[in-house]
Amino acid sequence: MPQTLTQLLDGSVLAMPIAAGLIMGMLTVNVLMLVWAERKVSAWIQMRMGPTEVGPFGLLQTLADMLKLISKQLITPSNVDKPLYHLAPLLAFAPVVAAVALFPFSESTILVQNDYGLLFVFAFGGIAVIAIFMAGWGSNNKYALLGAIRSVAQNISYEVPLILSALSVVLVVNAMGPTLSSGDGVVAINGLDLSHIVMTQDQQGIWFVVLQPIAAIIYFISALAETNRAPFDIPEAESELVAGFHTEYSGMRFSLFFFAEYTNMLIVSMLAVVLFFGGWDGPVLPGPAWFFLKSYAVIFVMMWVRWTFPRLRFDQLMTFCWKVLIPLSILNLLATAFVIAVL
Amino acid sequence: MELGTYIPLGASIALAFGFCVIFTVLSSAVGPKRLTAAKNLPFECGSDPIGSPRGRYSVRFYQVAILFLVFDIEAAFMYPWAVLFRDLSISPTGGSSLFGFTEMFVFVSILVVALAYVWRKKAIGWD
Repeated sequence: MPQTLTQLLDGSVLAMPIAAGLIMGMLTVNVLMLVWAERKVSAWIQMRMGPTEVGPFGLLQTLADMLKLISKQLITPSNVDKPLYHLAPLLAFAPVVAAVALFPFSESTILVQNDYGLLFVFAFGGIAVIAIFMAGWGSNNKYALLGAIRSVAQNISYEVPLILSALSVVLVVNAMGPTLSSGDGVVAINGLDLSHIVMTQDQQGIWFVVLQPIAAIIYFISALAETNRAPFDIPEAESELVAGFHTEYSGMRFSLFFFAEYTNMLIVSMLAVVLFFGGWDGPVLPGPAWFFLKSYAVIFVMMWVRWTFPRLRFDQLMTFCWKVLIPLSILNLLATAFVIAVL
Repeated sequence: MELGTYIPLGASIALAFGFCVIFTVLSSAVGPKRLTAAKNLPFECGSDPIGSPRGRYSVRFYQVAILFLVFDIEAAFMYPWAVLFRDLSISPTGGSSLFGFTEMFVFVSILVVALAYVWRKKAIGWD
């Protein structure tokens, strides 16, 4: 009985291209829908109509925009650092695609089963920082460099509370028992395996947002900062820095950054669902349906936050991370460890 | 954990790179190719660029980067500890033990002293 899609396709020559193609297809549709959803949600919050002309409810608007972007001239400004400038969009885009493949959409729908899924997701997330700095430095533009420096400082700062809040969930998962019953029978529990995190919540009948509410809040705030979304969108504050690190990018190269940004939103919300909201766990509907329903609910909250709160100042942003979030996440981690050790 | 399980991961990275290259090439084939001197200039709100963009920037960004290294390594050290925490919390006699907790508590205490020091030195934050 095949447990994962990879196993199902095992032995077939087409296995890998099919799996990878599925991811790319899913991500393209996801990004097209998310951009449309963002415009509709912002319109709804500001009592406007949003896109209405192209397709039913303006659904095809983003597709039209994408076609337009493809047909635009690709400008490589003079004096750019060519290798860095050309490689940066690729490096921003490829890791997020790989990270999506690691997520368990249900107990049997995993494209890439990996025992250390959580570490891999964070590792792929870390590559984005390099891409951003390459883009900013390579562009030979003051706005781009300023945006990149701010963005890197913000991303690396908020990575610490993000990782620490996920760590307290790992602690709880491992404390739930030495073994876990899964489709393969009884297996040793592994808090770094994304599907084990979900299965533990499923079997204990409790979502970790209940056991770890502080970690969940820290995770959500850090995730907003990691994806450079308002109120943390200082790196591309359009009223001060034009477009931040991708100021000099046009046409398709710009849309690759855009693609990566919206896929990143999906990744952080899928990780939130896995860590805190019980993953595919839910009644009646099949697993993947619940998984995506929950993920898009988290994304909706992210959009809601973006269109509700004003942008922070950069000093407030850094102070908040280092003086509030990091001490709080360390405290939360130690308290969790103490409770587990005593119980 | 065999190496084979990483192949689909590698395949999706390769496909993503392919996607990027194909669309960039397609775009440069379809799009117009009219280059003018003004188009090639770095964007500076319409005026001619003044000076080099790669000037100096605030030393605080370096401080943040160094602090990040310390705290990220700390987080990386905490992951194996978290995975082994169950074993560390069971004493040889079978009861519960505070060994794992105490070890991490001492480690984090030293780190918190360091954090308090950089806080007092005003190396974190912009105030």
